[in-house]
Amino acid sequence: MAHASNDSYYIPHGSHWPLVGSVGLFTMLAGAANWLNGSSTGVYILAIGALTIIYMVFGWFGTVIRESEAGIYNDDVDSSFRMGMMWFIFSEIMFFAVFFGVLFYARTISIPWLGGDSNNFFTNTLLWESFTAEWPTNGPGNMGGEFEPMPPWPLPTINTIILLTSGATITVAHHAIQAGHRRLLTTFLGLTWVLGFIFMACQAYEYYEAYAHLNLTLSSGMYGATFFMLTGFHGLHVTIGAIILMVIWLRCLRGHFTPEHHFGFEAAAWYWHFVDVVWLALYIFVYWV
Amino acid sequence: MSEAVSHDSHHDDHGPAKGITRWLFTTNHKDIGTLYLIFSLIMFFTGGAMALIIRAELFQPGLQFVDPHFFNQLTTMHALLMVFGAVMPAFVGLANWLLPMMIGAPDMALPRMNNWSFWILPFAFTMLISTLFMQGGGPAGGWTLYPPLVLQTGDAFPFMVFAIHLMGISSIMGSINVIVTILNMRAPGMTLLKMPLFVWTWLITAYLLLAVMPVLAGAVTMLLTDKYFGTGFFLGAAGGDPVLFQHIFWFFGHPEVYIMILPAFGIVSQIIPTFARKPLFGYEAMVYATATIAFLSFIVWAHHMFTSGMPIAGQMFFMFATMLIAIPTAVKVFNWTATMWRGEMTFETPMLFAVAFVILFTIGGFSGLMLAIVPADYQYHDTYFVVAHFHYVLVPGAVFSIMAATYYWLPKWTGKMYNETLGKTHFWLSTIGVNVLFFPQHFLGLAGMPRRIPDYAIQFADFNMVSSIGAFIFGFSQLFFVWVIVDCVRNGKQATSQVWEGAEGLEWTLPSPAPYHSFETAPEIK
Repeated sequence: MAHASNDSYYIPHGSHWPLVGSVGLFTMLAGAANWLNGSSTGVYILAIGALTIIYMVFGWFGTVIRESEAGIYNDDVDSSFRMGMMWFIFSEIMFFAVFFGVLFYARTISIPWLGGDSNNFFTNTLLWESFTAEWPTNGPGNMGGEFEPMPPWPLPTINTIILLTSGATITVAHHAIQAGHRRLLTTFLGLTWVLGFIFMACQAYEYYEAYAHLNLTLSSGMYGATFFMLTGFHGLHVTIGAIILMVIWLRCLRGHFTPEHHFGFEAAAWYWHFVDVVWLALYIFVYWV
Repeated sequence: MSEAVSHDSHHDDHGPAKGITRWLFTTNHKDIGTLYLIFSLIMFFTGGAMALIIRAELFQPGLQFVDPHFFNQLTTMHALLMVFGAVMPAFVGLANWLLPMMIGAPDMALPRMNNWSFWILPFAFTMLISTLFMQGGGPAGGWTLYPPLVLQTGDAFPFMVFAIHLMGISSIMGSINVIVTILNMRAPGMTLLKMPLFVWTWLITAYLLLAVMPVLAGAVTMLLTDKYFGTGFFLGAAGGDPVLFQHIFWFFGHPEVYIMILPAFGIVSQIIPTFARKPLFGYEAMVYATATIAFLSFIVWAHHMFTSGMPIAGQMFFMFATMLIAIPTAVKVFNWTATMWRGEMTFETPMLFAVAFVILFTIGGFSGLMLAIVPADYQYHDTYFVVAHFHYVLVPGAVFSIMAATYYWLPKWTGKMYNETLGKTHFWLSTIGVNVLFFPQHFLGLAGMPRRIPDYAIQFADFNMVSSIGAFIFGFSQLFFVWVIVDCVRNGKQATSQVWEGAEGLEWTLPSPAPYHSFETAPEIK
C-alpha cells in the first residue's frame, strides 16, 4: 500500500468487491424476477444473490474500516466521504418524494376527478356513477373490499415518540463521541438502535393489525397502496439504518473512532435523522391529514 | 494504449495491473473511462443494428422482414439501449477520463465505487437484452413504459424493471462520484468559475441525475407492484390514474433529455475555442445558461403529455415554461457563434463535428419549439415529427458531440494522432447520412405518419425510402469510425502533449498519452 502518507489522497488498488457486488445484485434480481414469473427455484437464486451481497458488504466495508483505522485517509478523503453520503441522502429524498407525490396526486387530482370534479362530470356519470370523492378510499372499484383506515392513535403516535426519542439519544451519543466520553457514547448509541428495532416491531404489529382486523391490504385501492408503499419503504430504511447503527455501536465498543475522526458514526447519524424526518412527514400526511 | 512501465512490486501502484484483472478490478479513472467508452460503443452498434432492422422494415410499405410484435420490441429496446447504454455511459466515460485531468486531480474521488458504477452496467444490459428471448418477447410498449400497455409484457416484465433499477444504481453512484470529484478534488486555485465548461456541465448533469434517477426507480417499482402485488397506482378503479405514471415518468424523462445534452454543450464549448483560437465568448453566461436550463427542466415535463388530458391552465403553464428554455439555449448558440466570429478558424475533424453540432442541434431545438405549442402539438403528437425532433437533438446533437470529443481527446488518450483524412471522411459520411435519415421524417410527421408502426399508408413511401437509405449510410459509416480509432492506435504518429495549437486547459499540460495517475501533485493554476 503506497500513498499511505497522511498528506496525499489515498487511491486504492484494484478491488474485487465491486464485481462481487454486481454478481450479487444480478443474481438476486434475476432470482426475484424468476420468482415473480412463478418459477419455484427463483426464491433460492434470490437468496444466493442476497447472501453474495451481504458477503460483499462485509468484505468491502471491512476493507474500508481497516484502511480508516490504519490512518491512511487524510482530511480530503474524509470530505469526499461526507459529500458522497450527503448526495446519497439527497437521492433517497427524491425516492421518497415520488411516493409522497403519488399520495398528493391521488388526493388532490385523480380521486376528485373520478368523483366528477373540474371538467370530469362525464367521467363520473358514465364510468363511476355511484362514486363520491373521499379520503381514505379504495377507489370507485372498491378494490380489496371494505376496509378501515389505520388510525393515528395509539400505535403510530407511540412509534413517533420512539423515533423522536431515538433522534435525541443519537444526538447525545454524538456529543459524547466529540467529548471522548466512551461510556456515554456506547450507552446512548446502543439505546438508539434498540429503539429502532422496537419501532420496527411496532410497525410489524401494525401491519398484522391492518391485515388481520382492518382488511387494509396492499390491494385496498389507492389508500392501501400508498399506505403500505410509504410505510414499507420507510420501514426498510429504518431496518437498514438500525443495522448500520448497530455496526457502528460494535465498532465503538472495539474502540474505533476518535473525537476528531468519526465519519462512519456521523454518516449513520445523518441517515438516521433522514429516516426520522421522513417518518414525521409520513405521520402527518399518511396518518393524520 | 502503450504504457510500458516496469511492474516490479515497488512501482506497482504507478502502472496498471496485468491481464484481465486490470479491467475487472480497476480503480483507475482512465481504465474505467475506457471501459465505459467501449461499452457504450458496443451498445451503440447493438442499438444501431436494431434501428437498421426498423428502417429496413420501413423501406417500403407492407410487412417485409419482421412481425409487428417484434417490431415493437425493437423500437422499445433500441431506445432503452441508446439512452441508457450508449449515450449516458459515453458521457460518463468522458467524465471519467477528463474530469481529473481538467481539475488537476490524481483520480476520481471514490475510486472503488467508480468501478462498481461501471461493472453494474454489463449485468444490467445482459438482463435487459435477454428479455428478447423470453416467453412473450421483450418489452414492446415503448421506452416510456406507459401502463396499462406495458403491464401486458410477458415474462420479460420483471427483468426489464430490475434492469432499469440496476442502471439507476449505476447512474446514482456515478453521479455522486462526479459531484464529489468536482467539489472536493480541484487543485488549489481552481475556483469554480475557472473550471472548464465540460466540468461545469457535468456538475449540473450529475445533480440532475441524482434528482431524477430515484424518481424513475420509484415509477418502475410501482409498475412492478401494480402487476404482481395488487396495488392500483395506475388503475382508475382503485382511485389511481394511468396518467399519473406519465407525470412521474416525464418528471424523470425531461431532465433525462438534458442529462444527455448538457455534457454535449460542455464538449462543444471546449472544442470551438480551440479551433477558433479565441477564448470562449461569455464563459459566465454559459455557466448560468446551463444552470437555468437545468432548473427549467424540472418544470416542463407535461409538454410530453398535452394530448393525455390536462386542465387548460396546466397546458398553458407547460407551454410557456417550455418556450422559456429557448432563451438560455439561444444564449449558448449565440456564444458559440460569437466565439467563432473573426476567429482564426481551422476545420479539423473535432471542429467539423462541433460546428455541425451547433447547426443541427439548433434544428432539433427549433422543432422542439414547434412541439411546445399546445394546439400544434395536438397535430404533431405521436407522429414522425416527434421522432425527427428528438433524433436531431440526440444524434447530430449528443452523438456528434461524443464523436467530436473522441477525435479531440483521442491523441491525449492514446498518444497517437488519428488520420485526418479518414476522420473527415467519417464526418462527411455521418453528416450527409444523418440528414438524409432524419430530415424527411419531419415531412412524414407533418403529413400525419404515426410513429412506432411497422407498416404505413402508400403516400408515405417515398420519404420513408429516402430515410432508410440515409439510415444505412449513417449506420455503416460508423464502422468507419471504429476503423479510424483502430488505425490511430496502430499506425498513428506520436502526438505532442499540446496536440492542438489553440488548446487550453490542464489536460494539455500532461504528456500524451496521459500518465496512469493524472496529477500526483496538484498543478499550479494561473
